[in-house]
Amino acid sequence: MSDGLAFFLIQVLNGVQEGLLLFLVASGLTLVFGIMGIINLAHGSFYMLGAYLVYALASFTGDLWTAILIAVPLAIVLGLALEALLIRPLYGRDHLYQVLLTYGLILVLEEIRSLLFGDDVHGVAVPAFLDFSIPLKDALTYPAYRLFLSALCLAIAGAMWWLIRYTRLGMAIRAGSTNREMVQSLGIDIAWIYRVVFALGVALAALAGMIAAPAASVFPGMGNDVLIVSFVVVVIGGIGSIKGAFLGALLVGLADTFGQIYVPQLSGMTIYVLMAAVLLWRPAGLFGRAGAG
Amino acid sequence: MTESVLAARDLARQFGGLKAVDGVSLELFAGEIHAVIGPNGAGKTTLINLLSGDLAPTAGSIRFAGHEIAGATPERIAQLGIGRSYQRVNVFAGFSAFENCRLAAQARLAHGLGLFRQARDVHVLNEAAAAALERVRFERSERIAETLSHGEQRQLEIAMTLATAPKALLLDEPLAGMGAEESERMTALIAELGRDHAVLLVEHDMDAVFRIAHTLTVMVDGKVLESGAPAAIRASAAVQEAYLGSDETAP
Amino acid sequence: MQAARERTMLLAAFALLALFPLLAGTFYLQLFAKIMIMAIFAMSLDLLVGYTGLVSFGHAAFFGIGAYALFVLSPQYAAASLYLSLPMAIGAAAVAAAVIGLLVLRASGVSFIMVTLAFAQMLFYYVIGSKTLGGSDGVYIYVKPSTTLFGWTPVSLDRPAGFYYLVLAALAATYLVLRFVTRSLFGHALLGIRSNESRMRALGFATTSYKLAAFVIAGAIAGLAGYLDATQFGFVSPDLLGWRLSGEVLMMVILGGMGTLYGSVLGAFVLVLLQDGLTDVTRHWLLPLGLFIILAVLLLPRGLGGLLRRAEKAHD
Repeated sequence: MSDGLAFFLIQVLNGVQEGLLLFLVASGLTLVFGIMGIINLAHGSFYMLGAYLVYALASFTGDLWTAILIAVPLAIVLGLALEALLIRPLYGRDHLYQVLLTYGLILVLEEIRSLLFGDDVHGVAVPAFLDFSIPLKDALTYPAYRLFLSALCLAIAGAMWWLIRYTRLGMAIRAGSTNREMVQSLGIDIAWIYRVVFALGVALAALAGMIAAPAASVFPGMGNDVLIVSFVVVVIGGIGSIKGAFLGALLVGLADTFGQIYVPQLSGMTIYVLMAAVLLWRPAGLFGRAGAG
Repeated sequence: MTESVLAARDLARQFGGLKAVDGVSLELFAGEIHAVIGPNGAGKTTLINLLSGDLAPTAGSIRFAGHEIAGATPERIAQLGIGRSYQRVNVFAGFSAFENCRLAAQARLAHGLGLFRQARDVHVLNEAAAAALERVRFERSERIAETLSHGEQRQLEIAMTLATAPKALLLDEPLAGMGAEESERMTALIAELGRDHAVLLVEHDMDAVFRIAHTLTVMVDGKVLESGAPAAIRASAAVQEAYLGSDETAP
Repeated sequence: MQAARERTMLLAAFALLALFPLLAGTFYLQLFAKIMIMAIFAMSLDLLVGYTGLVSFGHAAFFGIGAYALFVLSPQYAAASLYLSLPMAIGAAAVAAAVIGLLVLRASGVSFIMVTLAFAQMLFYYVIGSKTLGGSDGVYIYVKPSTTLFGWTPVSLDRPAGFYYLVLAALAATYLVLRFVTRSLFGHALLGIRSNESRMRALGFATTSYKLAAFVIAGAIAGLAGYLDATQFGFVSPDLLGWRLSGEVLMMVILGGMGTLYGSVLGAFVLVLLQDGLTDVTRHWLLPLGLFIILAVLLLPRGLGGLLRRAEKAHD
């Protein structure tokens, strides 16, 4: 393997890993919109909360896995509580009010984070058994934790695919995004679906923050960064489409990674240029239905 | 014979594998009501959507007033002079009936910088709106559209279409959901509009259709089964057969 | 009757604002100038959100362009002419709105919200990466624009009252222009689009052109607000294009009550004063602000303007 090829391979791995992580956040966003008709600006805040939660719990328990095992149920509870208190009154209301309320929620969650964990930048230790690098070529290596991260995200994506494709809940979710009456005629409580979907979205975003923490730093603005990039993913993939979110996330991850190498001056812009191109080509996104939204 | 106002040739529209409209040709003439009938799912509404530009045809041509309009946008087709009404009531819910019609009149009467005239000062639009409402004998013009009865909203919709001063009217089940008396009045109105417009009428009420239409086209499975004068259609064996076993009122 | 009362209230409010410099010190003059700048910005967004039904979450892009335009047009240690730089700043914002509008108007509904946000972020990252625009550190404008015309200087913008009156004039002009636009045939067509766009098309309206025109007018006025902001603070940073500001101005429009223009002014006053008051009380001022916004949505379905109208009805 030449140096150039090894370097290229590493960048591809980086881009795919970034994309897969992004998929965990964006899939929740697209599901919550596609099924519940809710646009949730606070979705990125759950990613941020997940990271801070796992930072705090990992320093307390000393082990990442224990921290995640405690934090995920907490995220689910948070999701259920928020759905009941704040999101439920928004069903059927104009997107405007959803934007307004969830924007307020961002501010509140931001300050709760500040009060509970402070405003410092933190790092979370990589678990010992993954704390090594895989040598590719002389000076070029790839951290094992990042590979593990990609594998974990892929496993979760696979589980979601199975859930949506083969379970009764998944059937209701698929029907729910196209036909509410049909869900009811299946004898499934739509309110229950909403609760589950929202909590699932929160849990996925938080989990993404948790497993990303050891690979990057934990910092106050991380949630907003990921939110906006997730929007780009959802727009590219087509609103409400999980398949679209998956492909969109990979495209965005790769575009971002390679943008940083080839156009460093404008690296922040690459993904938006990608989005503009997709919009010109297919206004409803790659897998969007025309007229959705 | 006079020249047709609107002529569709071999019009087709496919949705995936389904041929909703499959090679339909028809002509509309000024001063003539041309009714399209057929069982549910025959492709009548799709046909209207093709003519109005709400859908683009997969094949075929539509000539209107010297222009080829197949696949043109709805706004361009409306600007050329084709007005349509919808199967489900489609009005500006929060506006008064008068405002609905004034906005409709504005579509073809105001352009460019003229758009920045203050709305209440533009008398020509007020007059056009009032005339359109009068033509359909609509009296409660200050009422907000969403507070009107279903029949009144249907009437309003026709008035809006008239306010755009169209040459051709595409009416998609204008009698649907109306009571007997309302239905009677609407039928008389359509007959009257037929005198100075080219009207395409899609309607399930066979009594009304046979009373006012000059030409009938029967569609089944996206195709034209038969086309001709009402008496000929009534006598057609093929039409009788197509309607047997369906829940439509046999002609 | 209703209209007459509205007009009296607006004239009274304008008179109070005009007399304000006689009573208030520098601090409050500057605070109120800032509020009025946000009010101009919010009214411009109201044209999109309240009248056309286009929920833009990236309106700060045009505010930021107006602000950066002043920086680009100002010589380093000398004043730019107000009469040249202001129209050029507004023009720059309008051109940007036309280009961005052509792209974002391909999207509708919720994807419009996301796409406008994304385009504003694109500009944000462009500025971050640009050395000439100062990157993430921002840039200073050392000298405020000059109002000198043929040797005559009507007002110095360095005096707080002088700048205050410039902003007040801009606020009044913006209100009058937008009132004129919204009451014109064009404005009625925008309301029609908000109510039922597909019906508008079936009637023969080229709705995309109407929406684009509204987007350009709103962008131009947002550029005016950004220009004034850069003049007031003499400092321009990428935050002026950022999503937080886009969010804030959207809050002002929605809280104030959409589709009324003066509601946006009200929203700007309430939100800026609230922020100002809360920052004095606590470092964690975003918490009560966030809670306020959440409660406002849950309890006031029609915005503060709706609350006022309801109070008025009860009063009658």
